[in-house]
Amino acid sequence: MSQSLEVQEKKELVSKGETTVPARYYVPSTDIYETDDALKLVMEVPGVERKDVEIRLEDDVLRVEARIDTSKYEGMEPLYTEYNIGHFARAFTLSHQIDQQQIGAALSEGVLTVTLKKVHRARPRRIEIH
Amino acid sequence: MAILFGDPFDALSQFQQTLDQLRASDWLQAGPSGGGGYPPLNVFRKGDDVVIVTEVPGVHKDDLRIEAKANTIRIAGSKNVGQDGNASVHRRERRGGQFDRALTLPIEIDAERIKAECRDGILALYLPRAEKDKPRNIAIT
Repeated sequence: MSQSLEVQEKKELVSKGETTVPARYYVPSTDIYETDDALKLVMEVPGVERKDVEIRLEDDVLRVEARIDTSKYEGMEPLYTEYNIGHFARAFTLSHQIDQQQIGAALSEGVLTVTLKKVHRARPRRIEIH
Repeated sequence: MAILFGDPFDALSQFQQTLDQLRASDWLQAGPSGGGGYPPLNVFRKGDDVVIVTEVPGVHKDDLRIEAKANTIRIAGSKNVGQDGNASVHRRERRGGQFDRALTLPIEIDAERIKAECRDGILALYLPRAEKDKPRNIAIT
């Protein structure tokens, strides 16, 4: 890949609805892939540690909340800034039937990968043409 | 202006406001560097020293190259957002590619003692201020 990378402005979460903290949340950039047996969500959550990720699946809505640790900025006085920081939150309505028992998540280098296994009947069937 | 974390619930929101106020401040204007390149960065003062923090989620440590020459820092590398070969794409918002950014700081730094740390998609560069650049107390005789 020789394409040069440009800055993507962080998107602020608008309809956060249920948070009680006054701070702003951001929407993590996300890729979603589908394979024959699973849906895979790849989200960018820089600065988030494993213990601060919360993933919930309720009524076909997958909610992901990832919180940063602001104590790392203690004693730091900003001089010049190009981006803001904040917790991340995003919800997706899934159109597939997901096996609740088989949700996997991995976090590496600020990238969260959530793997959702499809239940058997939601997997594709090849349609024979007669 | 010191950042105090007295109230943990309000702290982040106050910090966000402070970061907004300094958005593209004129701190870099004296030098050749401007804003807008990748990776986006924030510059902080910590004691006498300067800390540059950037968000580089998905960039492997081995794909980053950091160089320092006098008071210019260069951050280069590549980000790969590859997918499995047999998957179909529903949504693609992440971007990959090459980057190479140089930043000339308006202060003298001690290039020998720079430390870089990359964890959880955050790259932090600790730049110690050169001894000769530090403010000195003048004794009145």
